[in-house]
Amino acid sequence: MNLFCVGISHHTAKVETRERYAAQQSEHDLRAESGCTEALMLATCNRVEVYGSAVVPVATEQIARWLARGVAGTLEDASAFYRYEGEECVRHLFRVAAGLDSMVIGETDILGQVKKAYANARESRSVGPLLHRLFQRAFRVAKQVRSRTEITRGAVSIGSVAVDLAVKIFGDLRDRKVLILGAGDTSERTARALSSRGVTDIRVSNRSFERAETLAALVRGRAVSFHEWALQCREIDIVISSTSADEPLLTPDILSPLIRERSDQPLFIIDIAVPRDVAPEVNEMEGVYLYDIDSLQSIAEQSLALRRQQIAAGEGIIAEHVSDFRAWFGRASNEPLPVGPRVLDEAALRTSEL
Amino acid sequence: MDRPLLIASTLCYLTAVARTVFAVRARIALHGRFNFFAIGAGFLFQTAFLSVRGHSLGRCPLTNLFEVFVFLAWSVALIYLMVGPTYRLSLMGAFTAPLVFVLQTFALLAPIDVPHRVRLSANPWLEFHASISMIAYGAFALSCVAGLMYLVQERQLKTHQLHSIFYHLPPLTNLFAALTRLLWLGFALYTAGLVSGFFTGGPLPRVKMICAFGVWLFYGAILQGRHLRWFAPKRVAALCVLAFSAAISVLWAINFVSQNHPM
Repeated sequence: MNLFCVGISHHTAKVETRERYAAQQSEHDLRAESGCTEALMLATCNRVEVYGSAVVPVATEQIARWLARGVAGTLEDASAFYRYEGEECVRHLFRVAAGLDSMVIGETDILGQVKKAYANARESRSVGPLLHRLFQRAFRVAKQVRSRTEITRGAVSIGSVAVDLAVKIFGDLRDRKVLILGAGDTSERTARALSSRGVTDIRVSNRSFERAETLAALVRGRAVSFHEWALQCREIDIVISSTSADEPLLTPDILSPLIRERSDQPLFIIDIAVPRDVAPEVNEMEGVYLYDIDSLQSIAEQSLALRRQQIAAGEGIIAEHVSDFRAWFGRASNEPLPVGPRVLDEAALRTSEL
Repeated sequence: MDRPLLIASTLCYLTAVARTVFAVRARIALHGRFNFFAIGAGFLFQTAFLSVRGHSLGRCPLTNLFEVFVFLAWSVALIYLMVGPTYRLSLMGAFTAPLVFVLQTFALLAPIDVPHRVRLSANPWLEFHASISMIAYGAFALSCVAGLMYLVQERQLKTHQLHSIFYHLPPLTNLFAALTRLLWLGFALYTAGLVSGFFTGGPLPRVKMICAFGVWLFYGAILQGRHLRWFAPKRVAALCVLAFSAAISVLWAINFVSQNHPM
């Protein structure tokens, strides 16, 4: 039995190439056309892959042609396709499900996408005992890698770093009040990220009240006059500032009297403006946590570095499961799981078929 | 004959400490559940030890410094097991286990398990006074642990240096809420312990009374200062650490000064 994976990903192809092959196709058709006994298509924004099993090896070109069906493209992208066989296919799927092969290492969305692809394939009855076993194991591996390593630890974008920090300061964000100063794109993204964590009280203040109203509508908040923003700091928990002011808007002198009225509630300030809107000395104030764009970026990079360090631990867990799967495969099919080369290029594949 | 139980208990706490150190160094996920069960097992052995010792003495086992330390360690574990899961602060175990381990190791290694010169008769008020005060110390110890956690977390947030432990620690506001509740719990228990001391029937040693009132006033001042917003959360956390250090020193001093007066 030949177990294989053929696909393209962010490692081998640009988005304009990937998107040509991303249209969801029926695995049932693939099985009928290629002679695969089982087939599953995984299409995400970063990869398009087909997992299959067949008695007779199926050429990479055949899979690629099937993926390109209905698209006005030729197979000039053939070199972007990779192929994993046997044990390497198993290892690859486990790495994909665990987020080790993702563009943002450790991201967790991929597991949901793999689960969805599996559910679709099951629905079209293209999953048999081998892929069923393989994918069930992949889900287990992904959960173990996530829980036994720190691969998902820390945020890797400005918005998610800000949300992580807010959670570390306030815990539950549902009753927190957010003030957005300046209506920039990053402010909007950060506000949306906070909103996704349950924040409902979002106030937007901008020199142009119309723009404040527009952004407020986008983030389901309310616009506040720019003359009133300082007074808002009496009750606000999180300030996201990104105005184009030349001088700092928030200084210890302005903030001190307002802080005294806050009953010791922490104040989290995210200053993403350049030049900065908030004087650095504000961070020295009791209960105030100020993060500018550089510190947020630095934390994102640290998290990414930490995730990279965790790859080895994740690979260790995967190796154990690959070994288990190999043993199961040997018992179930009375033949060993082929230890194929990691990547077969087209020429090698055609030669092997001949 | 009861010491093996205490050694077994200490080993459970050592396991929790080792696991925490390993997890933090290896940067692998730190699960509060492991610490919770390790401390739970340690607590069972401690309880068995105190029970055996209590039966042999015919009274609450608080007759010498050794027993005081073990009872204190038991109280810390008791409060942790009650408070940790309730406030979703199970990681507190990572900080609690070392404290209990140090207390018990000291008790086991130091030559302080000296039987009292005269066999002490059972006195329910005295035993209630001593045991409730010790449990109050357990709550103060946990408020000290929460204070330490708060200070560590606060410092990382202020300096923007987020180490591995940052991701394991609870949010600042949750920590402060737990710390405040622990302070109130400890203060209420300690007050009950102090009041019950007046019903023991015996003469009240002056040094012990002054020290006990000193500790009570210290914690009362922290709570009052917080209530009137004189102290910011960070200061309260630092004061909790300071107060417990002072209280444990006082406890030590009391037992040295009043050798003839059982707790």
